[in-house]
Amino acid sequence: MSLLRVENVYKKFGGLTANQDISFTVQAGEIVGLIGPNGAGKTTMFNCIAGYSPPTTGDIWLEDVKISGMTPEQCARVGIARTFQVARTFTSMSALENVMVGTFLKQRGVAAARRTAQELLDFVNLGHFADKPAGSMTISEQRRLAVARALAVQPKLLLMDEVMAGLNPTEVRETVEVVLKIRDQGISCLIVEHVLEGIMPIANQIVVLDYGKKIADGSPHDVSNDPHVIAAYLGDE
Amino acid sequence: MLKNIDSLPSSLPVPLGAARPTRRTVLLLALLLVALALPLIVTSPSHQNLAILMLMAAQIGVSWNIVGGYAGQVSLGHAAFYGIGAYTSTILFSLFGINPWFAMLAGGVIAALVSLPVGWSCFRLKGHYFAMATIAVAEIIQIVFTNWDFAGAAVGLTIPMNESGWANMIFDDKAPYYYIALGLLLLTMLANFAIERSYLGYYFRAIKDEPDAARSLGVSLSKYKQIAFAVSSFFTAMGGSLYAQKELYIDPGSVLGTGLSIKMALVSILGGIGTLFGPLVGAGLLTAIEEGTRTMFGGSGRGTDLIIYAALIIVIAVYYPNGILGYIKSKIARRKAGKAQAAISAQEVVK
Repeated sequence: MSLLRVENVYKKFGGLTANQDISFTVQAGEIVGLIGPNGAGKTTMFNCIAGYSPPTTGDIWLEDVKISGMTPEQCARVGIARTFQVARTFTSMSALENVMVGTFLKQRGVAAARRTAQELLDFVNLGHFADKPAGSMTISEQRRLAVARALAVQPKLLLMDEVMAGLNPTEVRETVEVVLKIRDQGISCLIVEHVLEGIMPIANQIVVLDYGKKIADGSPHDVSNDPHVIAAYLGDE
Repeated sequence: MLKNIDSLPSSLPVPLGAARPTRRTVLLLALLLVALALPLIVTSPSHQNLAILMLMAAQIGVSWNIVGGYAGQVSLGHAAFYGIGAYTSTILFSLFGINPWFAMLAGGVIAALVSLPVGWSCFRLKGHYFAMATIAVAEIIQIVFTNWDFAGAAVGLTIPMNESGWANMIFDDKAPYYYIALGLLLLTMLANFAIERSYLGYYFRAIKDEPDAARSLGVSLSKYKQIAFAVSSFFTAMGGSLYAQKELYIDPGSVLGTGLSIKMALVSILGGIGTLFGPLVGAGLLTAIEEGTRTMFGGSGRGTDLIIYAALIIVIAVYYPNGILGYIKSKIARRKAGKAQAAISAQEVVK
């Protein structure tokens, strides 16, 4: 059985249809890229899955739990973690404390939270920044901090919204390594991404949206040769 | 924030400022000793009264700070809970003869219960809208008490001073009130400290910093805002009960007024919002201004303290948005960070 199933999801904002009849699945332990031009409805899809704005119609399932209609905090509890386009760092806290907030979902002890949070910071290569005020970290560091914080809720599925946007090639490489390590832990990743050279080599599957509709779904190789996708990105001849 | 600064040196290769925590402990113990000995040194009742007013202002500031400072939900209607505490204990004690110590606790519990429906409705609003809604709630409660004959209506209630002593929490001299106010302040600070150090403290700060991110980590905003609100209301009400026992007279104007709500917020904001000791600094300063202008200008100068308050708010908002203590702390942190950087570069030079 698939880990995540999105079934015929529509999301309308008044007269605007941001997602139209979207269906796709994410298998356990896989990296799935959700790509498409600006305004294609990728972030809207994310918000539907993470509970921030429920689909107008259609269902979303995580294993055998129907999650469409759940609140974000309920989604976190059943195993969905997410990062945001802007890092949304807790700026009054240190890096370690940011991650600790996430760990409290599974256990309430502060000492244990400190240990787990330190491990997670090490995992995303930010271990030496534990005591640094989180607000003073670079964008790249804050993105990885957000990943560590999301991992702290021990998710089955991690949603990452443009983790590589605006990063230089070195930082993209570091982030890719982290994503692969997460996958190796058995956590599935659904990644909204504009940086195609970052996501294409590592994804098991790519879902392409354009104008709110799914136009392609398959392996990175198939998708990048799909005439619809080429038309959406480069325009028709 | 406190912890933040403490943990800075521990991660450094050189044990810079390693004596810091112990020095702070010594300082706090000394402060506590002075506080305990104060009534023995300062024997003038009017000066003792000033100290009591400062302690009481600090206590409600610390209480307000739990929801307004740590969780970032600025309530401008906290006088409602102060009044509920004062009225509950006074009614239970003077009309039903219930022991005032127990009545004080009951006041806290009732205020916490009242905070549930208030929070349920007001926490649907964010930021300024929440603050405005709390003002409205406090006004409604004030109007109810002003027209409620059983609670003395506009005339208020008097606690009959028949038997003074610890059993009735009524005293002829000021010193016992001083110790009760000090005890209540310490209790409130202890609760605040425990919350700050537990997962609740982290959740409150997360809600204040980035509510959407907090939700993504499984933090239910309504639940934890409500917890902060209830705890804050509980201790605010205990402060109200103490006021009633000290003055032996309450009316809607003195325990439910809007000015009181603003004072509670101001004590925290002035001293340092979201810090444990900030309200103490703020309370000392505000009470000094309030009583100072009263003695200086007497009846003709009524409202002088409000002019100074207003000027202070502007100065704080423009120059020290983190309050006096927040400003001092950030200065210390910056100096430490500078030293740490210097130590690291010095090591690198050696290598």
